Amino acid sequence: MEEKSVNKTNSNGYTFLFAVIMVIVVASVLAFTATSLQPIQRENVRQEKMQSILATIGVETDRAGAEELYNRYITEAVTLDYQGEEREGVDAFTVDLAKEIKREDEEQNFPLYIAEYEGETYYIVPLRGNGLWNAIFGYISLEDDVNTIKGATFDHLGETPGLGAEITKEWFKESFAEEKIFDESGNLVGVSVVKGDIDPSDKDDNQVDAISGATITGDGVSDMISERLQRYLPYFKKQTDIKVATK
Amino acid sequence: MATEKKNISEEKEAKKKEMILFLSSSEEKEHFLSKGNRKLLSDPLDDNNPITVQVLGICSALAITVQLEPAVVMAIAVVFVMAFSNIIVSMLRNLIPSRIRIIVQLVVVASLVALVDQVLKAYAYDVSKQLSVFIGLIITNCIVMGRLEAFALGNGVYKSFLDGIGNAAGYGLILIIVAFFRELLGSGKLFGFEVLGHKAATVADSTGLYALGYENNGLMLLSPMALIVVGLLIWVQRARNRKLIEEN
Repeated sequence: MEEKSVNKTNSNGYTFLFAVIMVIVVASVLAFTATSLQPIQRENVRQEKMQSILATIGVETDRAGAEELYNRYITEAVTLDYQGEEREGVDAFTVDLAKEIKREDEEQNFPLYIAEYEGETYYIVPLRGNGLWNAIFGYISLEDDVNTIKGATFDHLGETPGLGAEITKEWFKESFAEEKIFDESGNLVGVSVVKGDIDPSDKDDNQVDAISGATITGDGVSDMISERLQRYLPYFKKQTDIKVATK
Repeated sequence: MATEKKNISEEKEAKKKEMILFLSSSEEKEHFLSKGNRKLLSDPLDDNNPITVQVLGICSALAITVQLEPAVVMAIAVVFVMAFSNIIVSMLRNLIPSRIRIIVQLVVVASLVALVDQVLKAYAYDVSKQLSVFIGLIITNCIVMGRLEAFALGNGVYKSFLDGIGNAAGYGLILIIVAFFRELLGSGKLFGFEVLGHKAATVADSTGLYALGYENNGLMLLSPMALIVVGLLIWVQRARNRKLIEEN
């Protein structure tokens, strides 16, 4: 009896049959789960996006309440081209930055969210760049002088927990508040994540404190901020009611 | 005619018994928390610890022991995955063709993890964000495969379940101990709380130990220190538990 079953499981035919059945069963279970759960997952991602956008202007909410507050405070979502002109017919919210960033400058869509909150106007720029292992992304909101940062949120796909993944933590995000993106001579430099002795209370030095052991992720954050903000400069310059400090 | 019937019913009876044995998983009748079964749970915590004795799963121990929180999350996740993959492989153990058994084990572990990930993404989105980076680490964790190969393939369902839980717990225990020292000495925190006082830009503004000029050891945050801490743990364990010391 025992002998027989061993022989049976060792034959080529049985091995092939087992492999085929296993693959079919596993594939259909996974495919079924993935497809049937996709609408709920998409909704989660959508709500989380609204939640992140709101968080940059200081509106804290849970995922379920994000949509209502988003509709209340985000007055405009526009898609811009590289010259700062508005592109009609492109929904800024559904623009996938991961794909846009790979396209030529001329073809890229640049989404921009404009928020009215407690009587102030904020411009919210979506960010995307590279961390150590995978993409990092986030949102950064500017006050109406287009220089002072109101707030920022960051997220990542695969940074190391405890090191690069610390960019999602409150203390790191908070260190960006009130920092300036233009230097003293009026060049857009963004905000650099710097190792070593910097004064976190100095909000005009374009620098925030880095995370120990996460140099590459930190550099990724610096690069992402300056690269992305640069793209919106033509738009901000065009808005006559916004004063942009340039050389 | 009558004897034939009797034979058939006997055969049925035998099959039934086989089924019961298969489900109850232990070949000999054994109390479900007998000494042997308890040993399956407790052995991997010390005498046969997967990290310090079997030296499995070192890779993920490096990656996620910078802080306690991810270490605890990882430990819980591995307990789940090991318990269930051990159950599944043990149930299939007489059906799996031996030549492709490693592939089958990998498929079981990977699809289990992917399945859990999908469900979490839909119904517990925040938990799934926490776990996102661990998914890959769990699949490639040598402990999971190692225990499937060494234990679940040759033992009953219930024993394999206990073995899975025991080994995952032994792994988690070491993970948490290493993370405790790395977070405490590396960033002066435990679970994100500043237990050694607050470190400000200058010594004068700092509180607690930092006011005395204490500095965090940045080296503890880097991966090599995880190996060194594990090495020290092995030393401590063997000094205490003499039977682990190899002859010659």
